[in-house]
Amino acid sequence: MDLYEYQARDLFEKHGVPVLGGAVATTPAEARAAAETIGAKSGGVTVVKAQVKTGGRGKAGGVKVAKSADEAEQYAEQILGMDIKGHTVKKVMIAQGAQIAEEYYFSLLLDRANRTYLALCSKEGGMDIETLAVERPEALARIPVDPNVGIDDAKAAEIIQAAGFPEADHAALANVLKQLWEVYHDEDATLVEVNPLVKTEDGQILALDGKVSIDDNSAFRHPEHAEFVDHSKTDPLEVLAIEKGLNYVKLDGNVGIIGNGAGLVMSTLDVVAYAGEEFTGGAAKPANFLDIGGGANAEVMADGLDVIFEDAQVKAVFVNVFGGITACDAVADGIVKAYDILASHGKDPKPLVVRLDGNNADLGRQILDEAKLPLLERVDTMDGAARRVAELAAAAN
Amino acid sequence: MAIFLTENSKVIVQGMTGSEGMKHTTRMLASGTNVVGGVNPKKAGTTVDFPEVKQVPVFGGVKEAMDATGADVTVIFVPAAFTKAAVVEAVDAGIPLAVVITEGVAVRDTAEFFNYSLGKGTRIIGPNCPGLISPGKSNAGIIPADITGPGRIGLVSKSGTLTYQMMFELNDFGFSTGVGIGGDPIIGTTHIDCLQAFQDDPDTDAIVMIGEIGGDAEERAAAYIKEHITKPVVGYVAGFTAPEGKTMGHAGAIVSGSSGTAQAKKEALEAAGVKVGKTPSETAALMREIMQGIAAK
Repeated sequence: MDLYEYQARDLFEKHGVPVLGGAVATTPAEARAAAETIGAKSGGVTVVKAQVKTGGRGKAGGVKVAKSADEAEQYAEQILGMDIKGHTVKKVMIAQGAQIAEEYYFSLLLDRANRTYLALCSKEGGMDIETLAVERPEALARIPVDPNVGIDDAKAAEIIQAAGFPEADHAALANVLKQLWEVYHDEDATLVEVNPLVKTEDGQILALDGKVSIDDNSAFRHPEHAEFVDHSKTDPLEVLAIEKGLNYVKLDGNVGIIGNGAGLVMSTLDVVAYAGEEFTGGAAKPANFLDIGGGANAEVMADGLDVIFEDAQVKAVFVNVFGGITACDAVADGIVKAYDILASHGKDPKPLVVRLDGNNADLGRQILDEAKLPLLERVDTMDGAARRVAELAAAAN
Repeated sequence: MAIFLTENSKVIVQGMTGSEGMKHTTRMLASGTNVVGGVNPKKAGTTVDFPEVKQVPVFGGVKEAMDATGADVTVIFVPAAFTKAAVVEAVDAGIPLAVVITEGVAVRDTAEFFNYSLGKGTRIIGPNCPGLISPGKSNAGIIPADITGPGRIGLVSKSGTLTYQMMFELNDFGFSTGVGIGGDPIIGTTHIDCLQAFQDDPDTDAIVMIGEIGGDAEERAAAYIKEHITKPVVGYVAGFTAPEGKTMGHAGAIVSGSSGTAQAKKEALEAAGVKVGKTPSETAALMREIMQGIAAK
């Protein structure tokens, strides 16, 4: 889960990372009120910053320096509602102005390849770090961090030295790095990025802009993180799926997909996309990712079909199940019951192609054939079923 | 032979007395696995009856279970919040193989227990994985034992159901060992570890490798194959149509910017001489050709 900048700022503050005053506003009037309070500490100057979970907002005009509360209100008016790379700005942060002398870069992230953590640090901040990493790799220090040790005094010194900071700044930087480690560890983050980390004209080190991603699997340790879950920008079908506890991702296509197991579902999307290209000239594409898990029971199947039938774009549905622990006869029973449940909700079915394979496949197929469910077709291979569902979806366009 | 798990493996189950643990211990026993004990400090000294199979004693800790039974494999089903403690206990007891089935483990916990295990002699498989099976010999985890039999193909996969699918499609040839390594961002055993073990296993003739979007494990495996693997390898990668920035079911399955794409993984594997199937069935067909070629020699 990616956080907004203002949420990252609040977490930084909670762990003692030096930040400037900042408050979030959803209306120009709120922005004005915030600017009056926050600007008082910086001679009336504030920065109005669009809160979007994407980069490049400065270039898009989503960050403005305001010299007065009046100006902050005007800029908030301009920025709220702005579209930045497909993200509508619903909130702005009013941040205290700063006298920046130098800009640095620091991040701490998961190093999947080496199965550890990695600290990245550079004296050259403010710019796009991926560009810096490619163009001037020597300017970016990369130091592994042991998950069981973290950033202690020795590790902080190693990072700061590798990045080539002057001696005079070491102590202040080391403190900030240790506090950022605390954010990473204590909040179960998978990314903590500060760009820029700045030195002000009076020599203070400050985290001016922060990006934090939180591990969704850590929710059991962090009930307080529930407030970060952001339903505002999520697709309504995704919200419905979350309510039903389904693992669903909305895509832009017309073939609904249900399968068991994340790998098989990803594979199903690909196979449908290929069939759509090959047999319908691109007129059929996967409409969603939906993994109903290894168990594939009737209620979950019904919930899954429910969400997919709600999707007006969906013209046909592919149910692709490999019967392993749950054998195919149980899966077939689940589909039959799911139809009953949907009928009891007054939902009309859409054309459905079912492929059942694996344990007790013959029995499962027999159950489906005998049930004679409306608009349901059975195809025994994954590739064949993908072709059939693509044809059905293309024909209904 | 087989890799990591053989007919001589003695298996204990941490979390055996929970509902998932009971269900899958029953299945492991039914498929011939030598399950010698369960671990649950609250039920130490009791035994659990598995109908028509056997009574399995419950021990208070992993060390105690190992001392009493000579166990060398543990399968871990404990809830995500307690998984790190369970793995650390197994590592401290010095068990050679810990198979972590639990899904939803916080990545911080995995990072910590994996790094803790380094140099201590325990191989960790998972977390969030279906475990591994050496058909006809032993089954440590939740892979359905009845979809395939023993044979000479080795399989390593990030995905559970794609593992089952591939084993099923090639069940006329059978498998030496199938390892589900899991789809989390940090895992204890990688594609490379399994490729290396299959290369060294005299009972494996060819290898199927299944990958998916996210990270660069497949690219690294491709580089390893080029340098070190002489046995034929067939590959499959899932997630060509996955949108950027969306997690596709598995916590690690995410395309970030331009990295972690299925296309890049496929190209890396092909550049290393691996034949990559467009669909699971096509991948199985590629392996079928190779095995028929080996049989004809």
